[in-house]
Amino acid sequence: MAMTSDAALEAAPVEKARGYWATVARRISRDKVSMACAAILILIVLAAIFAPWLGLADPYQGSMIRRLRPIGTPNYPLGTDELGRDMLSRLVYGGRLSLLIGILPVILAFGIGTSLGLLAGYLGGKVNTIIMRTIDVFYAFPSVLLAIAISGVLGAGIVNSIVSLTVVFVPQITRVAESVTTSVRSLDFVDAARASGASALTIMRVHMLGNVLGPIFVYATGLISVSMILAAGLSFLGLGTRPPEPEWGLMLNTLRTAIYVNPGVAALPGVMIFAVSICFNMLSDGLRSAMDIRN
Amino acid sequence: MLVYVLRRIVYVIPIVVSVALVCFLLVHITPGDPLVAVLPPDASAELAAQLRAAYGFDQPLPVQFGLWVWHALHGNLGTSIATGRPVLAEVTAAVGNTFILAVSAAIIGFALGAFFGLIAGYFRNTWVDKLATSIAVAGVSVPHYWLGMVLVIIFSVWLNWLPAVGMGPGGWSWDWEHMRFLILPAVTMSVIPMGIVTRTVRALTGDILSQDFVEALRSKGLRETQVFRHVVKNALPTAIAVMGLQLGYLLGGSILIETVFSWPGTGFLLNSAIFQRDLPLLQGTILVLALFFVFLNLVVDIAQAAIDPRIKRA
Repeated sequence: MAMTSDAALEAAPVEKARGYWATVARRISRDKVSMACAAILILIVLAAIFAPWLGLADPYQGSMIRRLRPIGTPNYPLGTDELGRDMLSRLVYGGRLSLLIGILPVILAFGIGTSLGLLAGYLGGKVNTIIMRTIDVFYAFPSVLLAIAISGVLGAGIVNSIVSLTVVFVPQITRVAESVTTSVRSLDFVDAARASGASALTIMRVHMLGNVLGPIFVYATGLISVSMILAAGLSFLGLGTRPPEPEWGLMLNTLRTAIYVNPGVAALPGVMIFAVSICFNMLSDGLRSAMDIRN
Repeated sequence: MLVYVLRRIVYVIPIVVSVALVCFLLVHITPGDPLVAVLPPDASAELAAQLRAAYGFDQPLPVQFGLWVWHALHGNLGTSIATGRPVLAEVTAAVGNTFILAVSAAIIGFALGAFFGLIAGYFRNTWVDKLATSIAVAGVSVPHYWLGMVLVIIFSVWLNWLPAVGMGPGGWSWDWEHMRFLILPAVTMSVIPMGIVTRTVRALTGDILSQDFVEALRSKGLRETQVFRHVVKNALPTAIAVMGLQLGYLLGGSILIETVFSWPGTGFLLNSAIFQRDLPLLQGTILVLALFFVFLNLVVDIAQAAIDPRIKRA
């Protein structure tokens, strides 16, 4: 009897109180779907980063005599494209630009939108009116139209495509950041910080940021999927990456004419966009439910 | 109600003005000369100046904006640099085609989404729910321009059932001869609203089923089908509002689908305007689409307030 209670006492402190993020991490690591998606994404990202060391064929080296070989051709496991370049190599290398132009706009918009939303939400009054009414104007454009209009006007190119997508996502993130900030601003601990003499900047940086970042982050991760589709879409239209760069959207565009000759190969770049986009979506859903501690 | 409608309309005015300003400025952030598309490469400086004056590009910006708005209010959106035809005529012709496509896609997307969402919400956490939710996630994650290509490969290249591109001979009419051309692009376009409506309706159904009145309906002895009818009735206004906004996104975001299927709508027009650097056409098309989107938002808000009295007070 005494033994067991001693053992129980000894065991008790091991169950240390976890922090919020530790709990979230533990919950999401138990979610099989999220973990599978994370594994696929990590694999694609690593393959893209280490592409030059994987012993793949040169993604730029074409050959007129072996164009549009089907999937499963010896030496060309995923066939060749319309210029006879190795598809496997181009798909792996394609991840570099595709992921960059898909993810970077969300990261940039996350930084800008969070700052703007924090300012608008915390300072309120005129600052809030100016920022939020400007944001409203961008909401008057459907996001695809806005992205294409800005890219179309700026001209084709990777930088322009990143800029236009950032402009599309900043208003959306700002709106979320503003509403989260407004709801946190009136909580007691912010009043306490203010009463203790902390400056507005200190309050925003030290007390608010940690509390608003979570929900904004989850929202932003959900945007990556849209951003991947739109970024590749801009390249597909000829407004993003330029040939001969390997990039999934552009590859889909140049292979469009090949659907009558070799449909399997022509559809491959889209499979990559789809896979990355759906994995980010599922991961974002998983993160959202892991952060919802009430469940 | 009237006060709400008026307030809503007044609120839209500054938005409309800003939208016009953005469309106008968009063209003026363009690198390079806007006349580059029409000027022959060996044009003399005199000819360039003449053309610049003819298009009004020599005036100060605020004056240009004022003139542009003034003309737009009179139904004159300028002349397409590439074709020399009035922009408004080009846009009007294209808007009709985009409308046919977007409305068809919206109907398909709404019907499927409402169905999947209802059964998913009703049979929450069963395999039916998991299946419907997976379809919804796939719908919002799929690059739709790629899905369009895949459908063309299956139904046009392999099965040879449906045409791959275009919208049929002559003008549009609602007969099989023309509707064959509509099926693939409309189905492709419908997957995004399908996914979003499924998610919305699933969440709505879950919320409604957990409300007290459902308990009351059941305890007074209503059959499950009758309870279901109440659920549908409660979910419908929000679902329709979501669909209304989705229709706006479809109209404005049709460019990728229209490019894949060579559907001669606004997206197709936008595409050629961009690549021929036809700035008046680009400006006019974006303006018309954005104004349409603002208008649709307004209609959705008012319609929702008319159906659901709880909204007006907010």
